[in-house]
Amino acid sequence: MTDHTPSTQRHTIEAPLWLLAELTYRCPLQCSYCSNPLDFAATQGNELTTEEWLDVLRQARAMGAVQLGFSGGEPLVRRDLETLVSEARTLGFYSNLITSGLGLDDARIEALRAAGLDHIQISLQASDPDVAGAVAGSRKAYDKKLAMARAVKAAGYPMVLNVVLHRHNIDQLDAIIALCAELDADAVELANCQLYGWAHLNRNGLLPSREQLDAAEATTARWREHLANEGRDMQLLFVVPDYYADRPKACMGGWGSIFMSVAPDGAVLPCHSARMLPMTFPNVRDDLLSSIWYDSDAFNRFRGEDWMPSPCRDCDERHQDFGGCRCQAYLLTGDPTATDPACDLSPDHHLIETARREAAEDQRSASQLTPRNVHESRVFCRA
Amino acid sequence: MNRDRIYRLRPGWRLQWEEAQGRHVLLYPEGMVKLNDSAGAILSLIDGERNVGDMLDELQERYPQAPADELQTDVHEFLDEAVQQGWIHHD
Ligand code: SF4
Ligand code: SF4
Repeated sequence: MTDHTPSTQRHTIEAPLWLLAELTYRCPLQCSYCSNPLDFAATQGNELTTEEWLDVLRQARAMGAVQLGFSGGEPLVRRDLETLVSEARTLGFYSNLITSGLGLDDARIEALRAAGLDHIQISLQASDPDVAGAVAGSRKAYDKKLAMARAVKAAGYPMVLNVVLHRHNIDQLDAIIALCAELDADAVELANCQLYGWAHLNRNGLLPSREQLDAAEATTARWREHLANEGRDMQLLFVVPDYYADRPKACMGGWGSIFMSVAPDGAVLPCHSARMLPMTFPNVRDDLLSSIWYDSDAFNRFRGEDWMPSPCRDCDERHQDFGGCRCQAYLLTGDPTATDPACDLSPDHHLIETARREAAEDQRSASQLTPRNVHESRVFCRA
Repeated sequence: MNRDRIYRLRPGWRLQWEEAQGRHVLLYPEGMVKLNDSAGAILSLIDGERNVGDMLDELQERYPQAPADELQTDVHEFLDEAVQQGWIHHD
């Protein structure tokens, strides 16, 4: 694909390295901490076709993208996943499947392997009865998951497990890490849930307390020591929630800088959460990916540093964190151009403190949170 | 260092020439190492069959002007570093 719309900015804008293909919002699970958009049901029946996805892959690769994530929703729901993986391999992508593991069986692992998939990241969802059972100590319940994870490893994939943490499971971290160790994972991401989409809706019922976090970090440190003593090479990565950090994360390595995400209906986003921002995003059905990346208003909106407000504008750390996350700024302050309130230099940082206080008063159990499903989503769909 | 030693890339990792970047990259789950010319040249000889001696011979042939002892030191240092980083291993 040639650059058919030369732009003056094109010289300074780097090519994307990462493409996240959110193949579908369909999913057999209903995690209350899901970061999918609240109105995901609006895109139902409007998913990109196989041909359209193949074209997206070709365009992105021609632009220089090399890492590819297939996610969703649950990407295994798409029966054409193998076709897409196979094209991705031919094009030279390194492809990662990000899945709950539901819908995976030996035959599918083999088919994906044959198609050239490079990596499977299995999320251990606490709402997955297999994992819930495992954490609760029921051996039989997770035999299937165990077998699946073993099959993934036996097929030669590196095994990265992703565990989403929140207040209802973080106290069981010891059992969760033990399960990962038993599965012989190469790496485990212990990621406190990012509070976007459904997770933001359920925020007060998900955010752990400071004490819970401290205990979890201590558990992680203990396990690191134990694994090192045993000479085992299982990496543990612990991700603190933004609400307990004093600096924001370097969201997406900077807006429109290395990453682009294509949603199930073809919307192109600088981050998979960005859809909620009060702006219009281009669509691969209307424009070429290269003109979207280099020339669209959406991708240029928060590129670089010119858009930054004070205090970021004059802050030495702006090259490291790019002023934080636009979605978080918008969710908390109503202004997508504000400094991320997670930063303790932000004039809005008190909003984070208030959120922590509100969360501390929330007494709901896990089953009282709003489940992420089509029925609930319809409430949020704009007509 | 042992000239007979045979290295392999870490399972699931992939070395690839990226035309768009004009360099070799090492791809791994959700990440990428951008390699300089010499790292790319050395790693691209690692195929699970060539031993270190073979690699040195080939590199010497490709860069005849490089003094043999320097080449050897550079390659050994790089291989050590790559093992440290977990990019490659040997049996
Ligand atoms: S977080 Fe849960 S509900 Fe959301 S896509 Fe993943 S598995 Fe499905
Ligand atoms: S003021 Fe802005 S640039 Fe400085 S640390 Fe906070 S978020 Fe980052």
